[in-house]
Amino acid sequence: MEGPESAMAVVAGLRTPENVTCVLPRGTMFARGLKRKCWDGDEDVEGAPAAPSYSLQRQSLLDMSLVKLQLCHTLVEPNLCRSVLIANTVRQIQEEMTQDGAWQLPAPPVAGRGPLDHLVSTEILCRAAWEQQGQRPAPDLPSELPGALGAPAPGSAQSCIWEADSSRGHRGSFPKSLDQIFETLESRAPSPVEGLFADAGGPYYDLDAVLTGMVGGKSGPGGGDGLQALAPAGAPPPSASCKRDLGELDHVVEILVET
Amino acid sequence: MGEDTDTRKINHSFLRDHSYVTEADIISTVEFNHTGELLATGDKGGRVVIFQREPESKSAPRSQGEYDVYSTFQSHEPEFDYLKSLEIEEKINKIKWLPQQNAAHSLLSTNDKTIKLWKITERDKRPEGYNLKDEEGKLKDLSTVTSLQVPVLKPMDLMVEVSPRRVFANGHTYHINSISVNSDCETYMSADDLRINLWHLAITDRSFNIVDIKPANMEDLTEVITASEFHPHHCNLFVYSSSKGSLRLCDMRAAALCDKHSKLFEEPEDPSNRSFFSEIISSVSDVKFSHSGRYMLTRDYLTVKVWDLNMEARPIETYQVHEYLRSKLCSLYENDCIFDKFECAWNGSDSVIMTGAYNNFFRMFDRNTKRDVTLEASRESSKPRAVLKPRRVCVGGKRRRDDISVDSLDFTKKILHTAWHPAENIIAIAATNNLYIFQDKVNSEMH
Repeated sequence: MEGPESAMAVVAGLRTPENVTCVLPRGTMFARGLKRKCWDGDEDVEGAPAAPSYSLQRQSLLDMSLVKLQLCHTLVEPNLCRSVLIANTVRQIQEEMTQDGAWQLPAPPVAGRGPLDHLVSTEILCRAAWEQQGQRPAPDLPSELPGALGAPAPGSAQSCIWEADSSRGHRGSFPKSLDQIFETLESRAPSPVEGLFADAGGPYYDLDAVLTGMVGGKSGPGGGDGLQALAPAGAPPPSASCKRDLGELDHVVEILVET
Repeated sequence: MGEDTDTRKINHSFLRDHSYVTEADIISTVEFNHTGELLATGDKGGRVVIFQREPESKSAPRSQGEYDVYSTFQSHEPEFDYLKSLEIEEKINKIKWLPQQNAAHSLLSTNDKTIKLWKITERDKRPEGYNLKDEEGKLKDLSTVTSLQVPVLKPMDLMVEVSPRRVFANGHTYHINSISVNSDCETYMSADDLRINLWHLAITDRSFNIVDIKPANMEDLTEVITASEFHPHHCNLFVYSSSKGSLRLCDMRAAALCDKHSKLFEEPEDPSNRSFFSEIISSVSDVKFSHSGRYMLTRDYLTVKVWDLNMEARPIETYQVHEYLRSKLCSLYENDCIFDKFECAWNGSDSVIMTGAYNNFFRMFDRNTKRDVTLEASRESSKPRAVLKPRRVCVGGKRRRDDISVDSLDFTKKILHTAWHPAENIIAIAATNNLYIFQDKVNSEMH
């Protein structure tokens, strides 16, 4: 073959419906909007601050990842590969943050702002690690960070990221988006007893969806292994109360679905 | 379930005036058969459309070798798993043709959970002259029958009949991502995220599990199977790829459960390029053996790589598909594009490799000359019989007239599925709901 660019000709067939109806591919608007937001971040935007620090962007990536793992309103099982990759990313970030000793407190909350506001230009995260050496805060320079270093022990923080109950006690220590995740889970996951007697179409569905969705795509039949499925590797054992409540939930569902 | 009703219905009424795509028409797989005479496509709505190449004829030289619709059928229907309260999508994930053994054609099609074997036959004659029935099939009044006749076969318009011969169900807990027919033509394998099963084509109630990477404790799950394929000549060898970027070549003669690989192909990570996204972009989305059986082709998010079966340490060739996306990985992670699974393909002589990209671009790499080209599959830029113009993405620096800048790429227009005719320079490109077939007229034979 001379070269792939020589003399290519269209032979046949476009298969398109003439009268197309429409489904916006999920994330279209998001993609476009983000293009302007992220990639134009370096150009002058009125009143834009200088590119945020590596720590803040890393935190923002962690928030984003946790939101992605959050169960979504879908009837179809989430993609296991995607969930595993996101969970691994979360683990990586947490490990690095543990090494830095840099469990951050969130910026002072401003009314009405959601997690999307964390998503400033995060190109910096895509640069090679060696480029970032100069920009990463040394552990003994706390003044750069919004909150104090040496916040709640990383171990307990890590272990409780996946479990709903313990978050109530530590809410102040977590980024805002995590709070939102847990609020959502609270409203969606009725107590086991409620779930037993609720209408089939309502809360019971939610209960099941919570469990399948919460583990980010666990699709195996056993409900019991799911909830701890994505706990970060190497985390110390989670507090007993977390596990017990969720264990009850598992147990109930197992009975109900007889898996 | 209120707002959770079919999104297709909702969007139909909202966005009627825009020219968006009906989701069911999105092509999800493309596959030539072993001679290249037939081309099968599967879509999100569970349908399979088969195209047939018209024989070249002297009377109509202009229309030589074009593909026309041969048959359309509904392969899979949406299902509901009541135990988990989850829908099972009817989307066709993969189609694989069986080698033709008689006048009929057969193919395997699969969605997330169930594989089906379809037989495609032609009927171009029908019997006429029955004794008991008339032409419309009504029973004759016996008193009018005075003599007996032997029915004769008369030609009729070609009718293509498709029938499901086997349904291979309940073999997979997780979502099936690949199927591959063995060179023995008797068995095939199906792979999901954590397991690979071996089936006999004639037996539907049993399959053998040959790979199982599910950890005892799901907490420890960090890696999944992303693709797998049988070796084209050695019926005992197969390869599977993982989300961590490794390839495992397994020999079924070694053990019944091939959890121990015979060879592990893995490229050491480049420490200077390390970021939080390194693992995600190293995840292999497709693996294909070369026709010769000597090499493997893999696709990860930014590159295609050629591996020699004799060398496990690193690929022998690496080609950059869209390196300009490396600085945009965070945005691509945010909009989930980083999880897109692109396929890759060899040409018949294993000298050129092809893969898709964004903005309806697809790329070809000539392994011998080391030249590469970017082409676009779109209605605006391809009129029938027009020559495709090479495209270029500019990344700053000097910009030529028709260059596209990285920031103007349309990430909703992705070419995930491509196929190359087994013998000739004909390629099939699936761009969302459109199928493009391109042919190299000047160099029809493979070099």
